[in-house]
Amino acid sequence: MRKNGLVALSFHTLVILFVLAPLVIIVLVAFTPDQTLTLPTHGFSLRWFRAILDYPDFISAFFNSIRLAFASATLSLALALPAALAIGRERFPGREFLNGLFLSPLVIPSLVLGIAFLRFFAMIGATGSFTWLVAAHMIIITPFVMRLVLASVSGMDRSIEHAAQSLGADRWTAFRRITLPMILPGITGGWLLAFINSFDELTMSIFVTSPQTITLPVRMYMYATESIDPMMASVSALVIFVTAGAMIVLDRVYGLNRILIGSH
Amino acid sequence: MASTIDSTGPDDSGALKNDRAPWHAFVPPWLMSLPAFILFAVLVLTPLAMTVVLTFYRFDPASGPIAAFQFGNYVEVLTDSYYQTIFARTFGIAILTTLLCVAIGAPEAYVLYRMRDPWRSMFLLVILAPLLVSVVVRAFGWSMLLNTGGIVNQFFGLFGMGPYKLEYTTFAIVIALVHVMLPFMVIPVWTSLQKLDPQVENAALSLMASPSTTLRRIVLPQIAPGILSGSLMVFGLSASAFAIPGLLGGRRLKVAATAVYDEFLGSLNWPLGATIAILLLIANLVIMITYYRVLERRYSRSLG
Amino acid sequence: MSFLVLDKLTKAYGDLNAVSDVSLSVEKGEFVSLLGPSGCGKTTTLQMIAGFIDVTRGRISLDGKDITNVRPNKRGLGVVFQSYALFPHMTVAQNVGFGLEMRGIGKAECAERIRETLALVRLDALAARYPRELSGGQRQRVAIARALVIKPPVLLLDEPMSNLDAKLREEMQFELRGIQRKVGTTTVMVTHDQSEALSISDRVVVMEAGRVTQVDSPYRAYERPENRFVSQFIGKANMLAGKVTEARHNEVHVDLGHDLTGIACIEAGTVWREGDTVTLCIRPEKLHLCAVGTGRLPATVTSRFFLGSQWLYRVDTAIGEVLVCSQNEGTEPVAEGAMVGIDWHRDAVRVLQEVSHG
Repeated sequence: MRKNGLVALSFHTLVILFVLAPLVIIVLVAFTPDQTLTLPTHGFSLRWFRAILDYPDFISAFFNSIRLAFASATLSLALALPAALAIGRERFPGREFLNGLFLSPLVIPSLVLGIAFLRFFAMIGATGSFTWLVAAHMIIITPFVMRLVLASVSGMDRSIEHAAQSLGADRWTAFRRITLPMILPGITGGWLLAFINSFDELTMSIFVTSPQTITLPVRMYMYATESIDPMMASVSALVIFVTAGAMIVLDRVYGLNRILIGSH
Repeated sequence: MASTIDSTGPDDSGALKNDRAPWHAFVPPWLMSLPAFILFAVLVLTPLAMTVVLTFYRFDPASGPIAAFQFGNYVEVLTDSYYQTIFARTFGIAILTTLLCVAIGAPEAYVLYRMRDPWRSMFLLVILAPLLVSVVVRAFGWSMLLNTGGIVNQFFGLFGMGPYKLEYTTFAIVIALVHVMLPFMVIPVWTSLQKLDPQVENAALSLMASPSTTLRRIVLPQIAPGILSGSLMVFGLSASAFAIPGLLGGRRLKVAATAVYDEFLGSLNWPLGATIAILLLIANLVIMITYYRVLERRYSRSLG
Repeated sequence: MSFLVLDKLTKAYGDLNAVSDVSLSVEKGEFVSLLGPSGCGKTTTLQMIAGFIDVTRGRISLDGKDITNVRPNKRGLGVVFQSYALFPHMTVAQNVGFGLEMRGIGKAECAERIRETLALVRLDALAARYPRELSGGQRQRVAIARALVIKPPVLLLDEPMSNLDAKLREEMQFELRGIQRKVGTTTVMVTHDQSEALSISDRVVVMEAGRVTQVDSPYRAYERPENRFVSQFIGKANMLAGKVTEARHNEVHVDLGHDLTGIACIEAGTVWREGDTVTLCIRPEKLHLCAVGTGRLPATVTSRFFLGSQWLYRVDTAIGEVLVCSQNEGTEPVAEGAMVGIDWHRDAVRVLQEVSHG
């Protein structure tokens, strides 16, 4: 395998600039002292970050998103973990079907899921319910949890568990003391990935949220379609920082590259 | 000396006696999958079925959707020029985005593949990490870059060009979509590249193939399934994209997803909106099936 | 004149030398093996000849021309990689024909040469298969065919048998030699398997820690190892240390302790002095067990192992533990714990140079 030449590296540099441009721009503009969207060429200011405090909708939307992400990720894990263990370790009729079903939200556009949920909630009188919103998010994020836990479970050498049993551990102890610690990175990584995806979710949520349950991305989208001012940039910058923080944790726990490649 | 191994011989009733097993051993796998299955049955299968049913309803502006079984919505969506334009624009954008992603993403994956660590991991991270940032943020970033007072125009201004009106254009939508979809192309191509035996490239060189011939005749055919997989993903996601066309297309450049939004939350014509959405879903499924067919026929013998 | 000449080839990675001053002359049509343990630099040397690794110092010439800095895709050598490196998306015939295609050879001639070469490696029936559909041994033959069809000046093989199981390996060794003799291509093979190197090479190049330790025909390398490393790497050896008591022009007498004096043949031209510390080497198959009280050295059998065609005995003597190998002639082997005598032919004892490299 030969090294990259000058042409290849120049191309690569352009691609990297392309990838980073919008994010860098947002973070820079967030610190502008001006009224309009300009680069902070003459001084940095936190005014637009403070301005967020005057918009309680954004703050409550943020907390909505956090609560929603936390709840849906945790509940999703609670349901997906036993299912992934069953699918990953046993052979039984319907295994392929279940696997396909739990991964299906990945092939259904979130737009379609959004209107389907909207219709369903209207029929059962669940519009505006936070609980049902959590359930809707659970559907969207289960594939991420499932994939990572499945990868951990099937990547594990079963003979290690058998070794524990041969040394006298019963099946539950072997699971608890040997298997669980070994698949813990997959579990934690799955939870974090699910959390992030729920926090970011827009297209489905825009159909299913109500003014009380509105999430941060939806709030931002609404705001951006009406007016464009630097506060949008500062909110976005905060989202980037929070996401970056979550990514660091994710990297420590599981390895960011592994997750991003393995989860798709 | 007493045996420490429980006997597994038959007991009086003729059944095999197991060694001491906790509750967990008796729970069959379906039971473990049951909660998740119920969730999905209730919240995926049912709502989708209901949505399909909805597409056959009539819509009365005064009273809303009325139960019926008629194809009027499908006829309207497929024959009205307004919707035809929207679909044409949607798929046109999706195709353009896919082609650009192949042109940029595949070579980039190859460049990364040839890098050494630590650069390789670092740049892979840079390219993939934006996946975890909300699409609203990324769309907004592009609208900032591309609007008339924005950075790109200021850059052109340095050379005395422009300003070009870039916001609310198809160009803006495609650029932002390419930005968002790039990781979805890089990942499968990268995965394909990982499966290559690095000696194979050397083998081609030893047989007097030039580096560019090696790339074209040896590397490219082996990563073709990855490119195909990535294209499928990018096309599907681009065709159903909402936030980017919404923020960067403005009120006049509608695509399928924003049209659905208009019908559902604007005109409240749910049956029509549902029809557009279901047609989009069908298009997605058709593409996926075609992909698997192609893969089956051309590559299963050679690349497995 | 030699066909392939390596002149003081050196490859350095930072401060570490993977290969140091390797010089070798290979005659046209010769089959040479680079033999040594992992990390001895044999594969690096081969990769330098093929052009995939840059040379730090030294030169490589092929048929008089200096190819040290020629790009690998311009050298025109035949290379068989350890993993075979077949093109997975091409059939066997397409794989074999690729090198011909790169040389612009016409379709008709291509087809003929492919057919010929596939017949040579006995794969004619599988021309339309994909590598995935072949067994390990078949894939190896495709790799060999692909390298030979281009009629290269030199054939380079990187541990070609290491991925085959033991029985297949043996068969392929002889087949490879047969093909090479038939086609007459100058061949350099890298291997860590000493029995493989000995059985099919014209000459063996033993390498240790990046340097060439000994270059000889397989028989001479085995019977006359130059130092401790070679004698232990090729075959088994019993090492006995002692001091020289008497040095003559064709033999030395060495005091091995316990009133035992070993008499060893030495090479013409080597000089030993009284008082030198030397190591004597004697191969297990050159020792034989005889009745107790006879022979040169009394011993007790501590354990024995059955190897099919041979019996391997570990025997305890006054000068330490010694290995003895006896042909399995179908007679009753010596029992463990038995007291025996050991005898050997005088010419079977060799003196090793004390210093080995690395």
